Amino acid sequence: MTTSMTMNDASKGHKPQTGIKLTEQQLRARRARSIAIAVSLGILVALFYIVTLVKGPAVLVRPL
Amino acid sequence: MSVTLARVEPSIAGVGDYIELMKPRVMSLVVFTAFVGLLVAPGHMHPVIGLTALLCIAVGAGAAGALNMWYDADIDARMARTAARPIPAGRLLPGEALAFGLTLATGAVVVLGLLVNVVAAALLAGTIAFYVVIYTMWLKRTTPQNIVIGGAAGALPPMIGWAAVTGGFAIEPALLFLIIFLWTPPHFWALSLYRTEDYARAGIPMLPVVAGAQETRRQILLYTLILAPLGAAPWLLGYAGPAYGIVALLAGAAMIALALRVRAEHRSQAANKHLASKQLFAFSILYLFLLFAMLLVDRISGGLFGHLAA
Repeated sequence: MTTSMTMNDASKGHKPQTGIKLTEQQLRARRARSIAIAVSLGILVALFYIVTLVKGPAVLVRPL
Repeated sequence: MSVTLARVEPSIAGVGDYIELMKPRVMSLVVFTAFVGLLVAPGHMHPVIGLTALLCIAVGAGAAGALNMWYDADIDARMARTAARPIPAGRLLPGEALAFGLTLATGAVVVLGLLVNVVAAALLAGTIAFYVVIYTMWLKRTTPQNIVIGGAAGALPPMIGWAAVTGGFAIEPALLFLIIFLWTPPHFWALSLYRTEDYARAGIPMLPVVAGAQETRRQILLYTLILAPLGAAPWLLGYAGPAYGIVALLAGAAMIALALRVRAEHRSQAANKHLASKQLFAFSILYLFLLFAMLLVDRISGGLFGHLAA
């Protein structure tokens, strides 16, 4: 779990590469989280779509 | 809240860590009791709307669990039972859990309000707020009555399920609320009897820590003596059929028998000192499951709940 910073590269005349470089583990974890968020949003969209079909125009009627 | 974490690198938290934040086992009992509340309610509900309501209740319960773990990370780290949770174990930052919990709580309440009804959504919001603010932030660290009053949060799901169908309240779901509410103290105090040192180390004023094991055993018995007849009340009041009544009475008698054994526990040998407490804790889960499962059977087989609904 190391984070390699490349701040010093700028002083050596290279093109500056500032920022954090993710490790393999961090990249894998981020990808898994991103997929989970995408799936959750997909479920939410499908849910609203199906409920709209089920309720029809009544989807806008919400008596207290 | 004094959790110090050395990690400042990008997160390595996996999806599993976030799922663990939602306390899946607690969530399953919440969803089950809410499902029973939903099914025994009179009136018709489209299955898709019913599933939506259950999904929102599940996510709301998960949000409450995540916010609880965010706030309690310091005491979780000091207890053997909870030290491996994602925040004390260092896999998740407290801020990540807080953001996750707040997002889920807001989402669950808004979606329940938009797609099902506003009364159920308000109840869900109230339940989450009660569990996180009243129980976790306030009572848990200040009074031995913490789980007695805090138990209300765990008892509300059947009322949310009922409200999702009817848009209101009634005596029947209030009865289910009372059963879970009075079930909570014997259930948790049985656990706390054999986890007393853990709670003492974490500085949580659980009843055995503050008042001693004997007083805890006495109160477990008192609550169980009220719980057993109350468990049979849905049958006595005509809301459920005789099959429910028989199971409720038998299971209630078993609860009392176990509570009596817990009461006599201090006289037992040191090797098996907490055997009765462990048995009561395990059986209490089965007890609640049996009662609600029998209500389901009663409803599906067209018992008196069914006639009321017709």
